[in-house]
Amino acid sequence: MPAKIIQRDSSPFKTVKLDSITLDIIENALRNARAEMDAVLFRTAMSPGIREQHDAFPMIANNDGKMVVGQFGSFIYGFVQGYEGEIEEGDIFLTNDPYSCNGAVSHLPDWLTLMPIFDRGRLVSWAAMFGHMTDIGGKVPGSLPTDATQIFEEGIQIPPVKIYRKGQLNRDMLELLLRNCRMPHWNRADFDAMIAALRLAERRVREIIARFGVDEYIAAMAEMLDRNRRAMSAIIKMVIPEKKAYFEDYIDDDGAGMGPYKVACSLWREGEVAVFDFAGTDPQSQSSVNFFLNEEMFKMFLGAFFINLFDPQILFNDGFYDLVEVRIPAGSILKPQRPAALSCRTHMLGRIFDIMGGLLGQGAPEALNAAGFSDSPHLMYSGYDKSGEWYQLYQIGFGGIPGRPAGDGPDGHSLWPAFTNVPNEFLESYFPLRIAKYESIPDSGGAGQHRGGNGVCIAYEFLEPGEISIHDDRWLTYPWGVNGGLPGARSTKELLRNNGSREWLPSKCDRIKVEEGDILFFNTWGGGGWGDPLKRPAERVAQDVARGLVSIDGARRYGVVVRADFGVDVEATEILRRQIAAGRNQPLPLFDRGGSIEELKARCKAETGFEPPSMPRFARWITAPERQAR
Amino acid sequence: MATAAVPTYRLGVDVGGTFTDLLLIDESTGETYSAKVPSTPKDSSIGVLNGIARICEQNKIDPQRITHVMHGTTVATNTVLEGKGASVGLVTTVGYRQVLQIARSYVPGGLGGWVIYNKRPLLAPLEHTIEADERMDARGNVIAPLDEAALRKSLAALRNKGIEALTVSLLNAYANGAHERRVREIAEEVLPGMPVSISSEVMPEMYEYERTETTVVNSYVRPIVSRYIKNLGSELERKLGAVKLHVLRSDGGLTSSEAASHSPVNMLMSGPAGGVAGALWIAQQSGFKNLLTFDMGGTSTDVALIQDGLAQTRRETRVADVTVRAPSIDVRTVGAGGGSIAYVPELTKALRVGPQSAGADPGPAAYCKGGDKPTVTDANVVLGYLPVSSRLGGDMKIDRALAQKAVQSIADALGKTGHEAAEGVINIVNENMFGALRLVSIEQGYDPRDFALVAFGGAGPLHANALGKLLGSWPVIIPPAPGVLCAYGDATTRLRDEASRTFIRRLAQTSDAEVLAQLVELAATARQSLSNEGVPTSAQSVAYQIDLRYRGQGLRLTIDVAPEQFAQTGLQGVAKRFDDLHTQLYTFAIEAEHELVNLRAVVQGPQTTVRAEQLPQGAADASHAVVEKTKLFVDGAERSAPIYDRARLKAGNRIAGPAIVAQMDTTTLILPGHTGEVDKVGNILIRPNP
Repeated sequence: MPAKIIQRDSSPFKTVKLDSITLDIIENALRNARAEMDAVLFRTAMSPGIREQHDAFPMIANNDGKMVVGQFGSFIYGFVQGYEGEIEEGDIFLTNDPYSCNGAVSHLPDWLTLMPIFDRGRLVSWAAMFGHMTDIGGKVPGSLPTDATQIFEEGIQIPPVKIYRKGQLNRDMLELLLRNCRMPHWNRADFDAMIAALRLAERRVREIIARFGVDEYIAAMAEMLDRNRRAMSAIIKMVIPEKKAYFEDYIDDDGAGMGPYKVACSLWREGEVAVFDFAGTDPQSQSSVNFFLNEEMFKMFLGAFFINLFDPQILFNDGFYDLVEVRIPAGSILKPQRPAALSCRTHMLGRIFDIMGGLLGQGAPEALNAAGFSDSPHLMYSGYDKSGEWYQLYQIGFGGIPGRPAGDGPDGHSLWPAFTNVPNEFLESYFPLRIAKYESIPDSGGAGQHRGGNGVCIAYEFLEPGEISIHDDRWLTYPWGVNGGLPGARSTKELLRNNGSREWLPSKCDRIKVEEGDILFFNTWGGGGWGDPLKRPAERVAQDVARGLVSIDGARRYGVVVRADFGVDVEATEILRRQIAAGRNQPLPLFDRGGSIEELKARCKAETGFEPPSMPRFARWITAPERQAR
Repeated sequence: MATAAVPTYRLGVDVGGTFTDLLLIDESTGETYSAKVPSTPKDSSIGVLNGIARICEQNKIDPQRITHVMHGTTVATNTVLEGKGASVGLVTTVGYRQVLQIARSYVPGGLGGWVIYNKRPLLAPLEHTIEADERMDARGNVIAPLDEAALRKSLAALRNKGIEALTVSLLNAYANGAHERRVREIAEEVLPGMPVSISSEVMPEMYEYERTETTVVNSYVRPIVSRYIKNLGSELERKLGAVKLHVLRSDGGLTSSEAASHSPVNMLMSGPAGGVAGALWIAQQSGFKNLLTFDMGGTSTDVALIQDGLAQTRRETRVADVTVRAPSIDVRTVGAGGGSIAYVPELTKALRVGPQSAGADPGPAAYCKGGDKPTVTDANVVLGYLPVSSRLGGDMKIDRALAQKAVQSIADALGKTGHEAAEGVINIVNENMFGALRLVSIEQGYDPRDFALVAFGGAGPLHANALGKLLGSWPVIIPPAPGVLCAYGDATTRLRDEASRTFIRRLAQTSDAEVLAQLVELAATARQSLSNEGVPTSAQSVAYQIDLRYRGQGLRLTIDVAPEQFAQTGLQGVAKRFDDLHTQLYTFAIEAEHELVNLRAVVQGPQTTVRAEQLPQGAADASHAVVEKTKLFVDGAERSAPIYDRARLKAGNRIAGPAIVAQMDTTTLILPGHTGEVDKVGNILIRPNP
C-alpha cells in the first residue's frame, strides 16, 4: 500500500499555460539551487570522503517524486509506493538499505536523506541528498568487508525511518545509529550537513513559488520533464538501431578467489523505446561484490552520456524514463536477493559505464570511447596512533580517463562527477602518513591515436602500525582499447616492507597489517586507447615522452622512435611504423581486450604473481531453475 | 611632504579597454578634478601620461605637485585571459612532478562530463618541470636534506629551453620555506637574471596543488606585469619627478609598485577591485554603506557585496578557468554581458543566453561590424532600451534593423514576435545576473533587501532597475560615470599589506599568549612595507584575522579581530564568533572542537580625504534635460518614453519611468512604476513609486 501523504490543503493544482521563458527562468533557478546544495554540504561536512572527495549527491524532484535536477535519477516514486505510513510536513527520511529502496542507494555506507517540501500545506516537491559515510560499523573499519557473505556483516542497516518527524529530530534514533559507527563525530557532522542542504532546497523552492506562483511552478516542472523526454526521444531514434547489439564485460574477482564475473547486455530499439536486456549476466556472488542496480539510475547514466555528447546545455532529468526499458534478471549479480552482501559494489557500478559505452558505440561510432577508469578504488588505513587516538582514513583513487573521439584521456582523473582527490599535504597533516610519490604511471594509458589517460601511482608510507584494506579491480582483465587502440595497463598493489622485502597485494583485501616505515605502492589502471596508434602524430608521442607520460620504449607501441633528447628519429619511425602495419591483421579490431578470459587466466600467474581466480560457484538457491523462471 | 602653502596631489588612474580615466585629488582640501582620454592598448602607459598632461593643463596644475599615483590595472588579468604569459619552469619535490598534471582529478560537467572534457595546457609544462630531492614533513621538520648537486644539474638542463620565469613549490613548504629559499639561491646562480617565485612567500598555505598553481600563475604574469610597472614608474618619474606609484590589489588594498612586481598574482582582480572600491566611495557620498555592486560589461559581469562599508573578501581569485589562492574582493563573475549570444537549441526549443559571446569582434549585430548572431545588446536595441542615438563612447553606430533581423531568427524558432523574444532574452540574462547576486548575498546569509544596488559598467545601468525588482534592493544607484568610478576607487583606497602563516592547532593545544605572539610578529612583518612607503607607524592601523573551522571540516571561515578585542576576549571570543558566523551561513553550529588554520595580520595606511564633485541644485522638473522622445517595448507593450541627457541633469531632478538617460559611456533604463532622483553628487537613485 502506498504511503499516505497528509496535506493541510489537498486541492489540486490548476492547469496553467506557461510562458516558455518563465519556464527557462525556473529551470535556471532550480539549477542554481542544486549547486547551492552541493556548496553547503561540501563546506560543512567533516569526513574527507564528502568534504574533499565529494562522494555525495543532491536532487530536487517534482511533487510526484520525479527528479527535475540532480545526478542519479529518482527513486522517490518507488519509495512512496513502498512506504507504509504517513508522510507530512516536517518529516525527513533516512535510509541506507538498498533492499528497501530498490537500490536507490546501493550499499550501506551511503546514507540517503529525503524530504518532502510543502508550500502552504501542499506537497510541491521533494529534495534528497545522499553521502558516503566513512564508517557505519560492521566487521571491518570502513565497512566494506570483502569477505562478507551477508549484509548483516556490513554495518548497521537503516530501513526508511523518519529521522525528523514533523520537524522534530528523533535524537534516540540518531544516537543509536552513531553508537554503531567507528567515526561518530564525522557521521554526525556529515548528517547535519546533508540536512542543511535539504533545508536550503526547501527555502529555494518556496522562494521560486513565491515569485512565480505554485501552479506555475508545478507546470514548469512538468514541462521540464517533457522537454527532456522530447530531446531524448530524438537522440534515441538517431543513435540506437533496431538491430540488436551485444556486449559483455567483467569484474575480475570477488576477493574470495573466484572470478571473473560476467555482465552481459543486449541493446535494441523497439519503436521509440530503447531496450537494455541483461540476460546472460552471472548470478549473484556469495561475497560482497554484488551491485544492486536500480533501473532508473541506469537510465540516468544513459541520459547523462547522451546529453554530454549531443547538447550539454540540457538540464537532464527523469522525463524520458518511459523511453528506456531495462531488464535485469532477479538473482543476478545486478539484482541480488537479500541478504546478499553488497558493500564492495563499486567495481560493478563503475563497469556499467564500460558496458554502456561498448553497447552504444556499436551503433554510433561518435559515441565509442575506450574502457575508462570505471571504478572508485579505495584505500582504508586505520589504527591507534602513539597518543592512543583512533585514526581512520577512507580514500578514493583515480586513474586514466579513456581515449575518446573528443581527444586524449586526462591522466589520473575521475570518471565520477564532482569527485576530487585529497591533497597530500592534508593527509600528511591529519593522518600518520607520508606520500612519497604521487604521479601518473608512464605507458599505463593505452596507446592510440587518442591516448588513454595514465593510471596513478601513490606511494603511501605508513608512520604508525595499523591495518589497511584495498578495493580495486582490472588486475586481470584489461581496460580495452577501441578502433585499433590498445588496452591500458592493469592495476597493481605492492607493499615494500621496512625490512626491504617486497610483496604483491591482491586487488581486494582486508586487515593487512602494516608497520611504521612500510610503503604501499597503490597503482591504478590506465584508460584504453582510441584509434590506431600509428596515426598519432610522432611529435605528439615525442612530447609525451619529454613530459614523462610515455617512455622511450613505450613510444615504440606507436611506432615512434624517440631519441634520448626527445626528438623524433624520423627515418627509424617510418621503418618501424611500416613494420608494425605489415604485421597486423586488417581491419583493426573494434575492441581490443588484450586476450580472451582463458588466455588471461593462463598468463595470470606469470604476469601478476597471483594464481588465476577459479570459476565462480553460485548459491544453489539462486541458480535453481524455479527461481530462474520467476 | 605637503606644506600648507603649496598644494600636493594624488592621482587615481583607471585604464579601461576604451578609455583611461583620471581623478586628481588636492591632498589638503580633498577637492577633485577628473579627465578622460582614449586608452592606448599597445602600451597603456602612453594613455596614462596623455591623461596626466590633459588633467594638469585643464586645471592649471604643475605635474610636479603630484606625489602619489594610484593605479588599478588589468594587465595581469588580460595576460591570463589572452594566454600571453611567460614560459614558466617549475621545481617540485621529488615524486610530485605531475602535481599540475593530475591537479585535483576533477572532471567538470557532471555525470558523463568526461566524454567531452579536454584539459587545457598547463601553465608550467611538464617538460619544463624538474624535481628537487628533499623533503619536509607537515610540521616543517626536515626529513631529507636538499640534494644541491643534483639540483644544480637539473636546473642547468633547463637552460636554453626558453624559460622566462621559474617557480619553486615544494611539498609542505607552507610549514617551512627553508628549502624553497635555498633552491631559489641556487637557481639564481645557475640561471642568472631569472625571476624566481617561491610558494612559501607567494601563498604559504596548505594544499600542494592550489599553492603550486598560484605560484605558477605568479610566475606566468610576472615578467609582463613587472615590465609594465617598471616602464610606467620610470615614465612617471621622468614627467612628475619624485612620485610614488601604488597599485591596487585584488583585495582592494594598495600596494607598492615593488610588491606588485614581485607578487602580481595578487593583482589579478585589480581592475574589478577598483570598481568595487569606487562604487563604495560614491554610494557613501549618498549615505549608503550596505551595497551590492553590479558591473556589467560586454562579455562578463562582476558582482560583489559590501556590508557596512566593507567589501567582503575571500581567499581565492578566479580568472576564466584559472583559480588561485590569492585574497581578493569577493567578486563573482558571470560569463554573460551585452555580447552574450542568445540561441534556441533544436532539441529542447529552450531559449538560452550565453555562454558564447560575440565579444568585441564581430560584436552584437547592431554594431555593424559583421556580427549576425542575436546578443543581449541587440535585444536591448530591439526593445528601444538602447537608443540608436547612443554614442557608445563616441564613434560606434547602432543599426536597429540589423538587431531586429538577428533577434528575429530566435523569435521564429520560438514562435514569438521579435519584441517578445527580445524581452525573453533580457529576462533570462537578468535571471543569470540575479543568480550571481544571490551567490554573494543570499547564499552568504545576507538579505538583499537590506542592500542598495550600485550599477556600473557599459551595460549595468540598462539592467539595474530590473535587478532591483528581482532582488528587492533599493535604491538602485547609478553613479555619474562608470569610468571615473574606478579611478575614484583607485584614489581613495588605502595602502595595505598583510602577512600570514598556517598555524594548525586545536584550541586546547595553544593559548591566547602563543597566538598573540605570532600575530604581533606577523604585524611587524606587514608594517615593514608600509614603513618603507613612508607611512609612519602612528598612521598605520593593524587588524588581525584568524581562519578557523571545526576540527575535521574542510572549510575555513575568516574571523576579523582587532588587537584590543583579542586582548579582551582572546580565542574563546573568536570561537564564539565563528559559531555565530557558521550559523548565519549554514543554519547550524556543531559541538566540536575548534581548530585554528591560518593567522594573519593586515596593516593599513591612513584614509584619504576626498570631496565628491557636486552638481548644481535644480528643481524636481527635469524636462530641460529631455533631448528626444522614443518608443520602448516593456512588460509586453509598446510605450513612449523621453530620453534625457545625463550631462544636463541637476541635483533634485526627478525622472519618472519609463525613461532613458543617455551619456557617453552608458545608458540608464528607468522602468514604468519607478522614479529616478538625481542627488547632489550626481547619483541617480531609482526607487519604486509608492
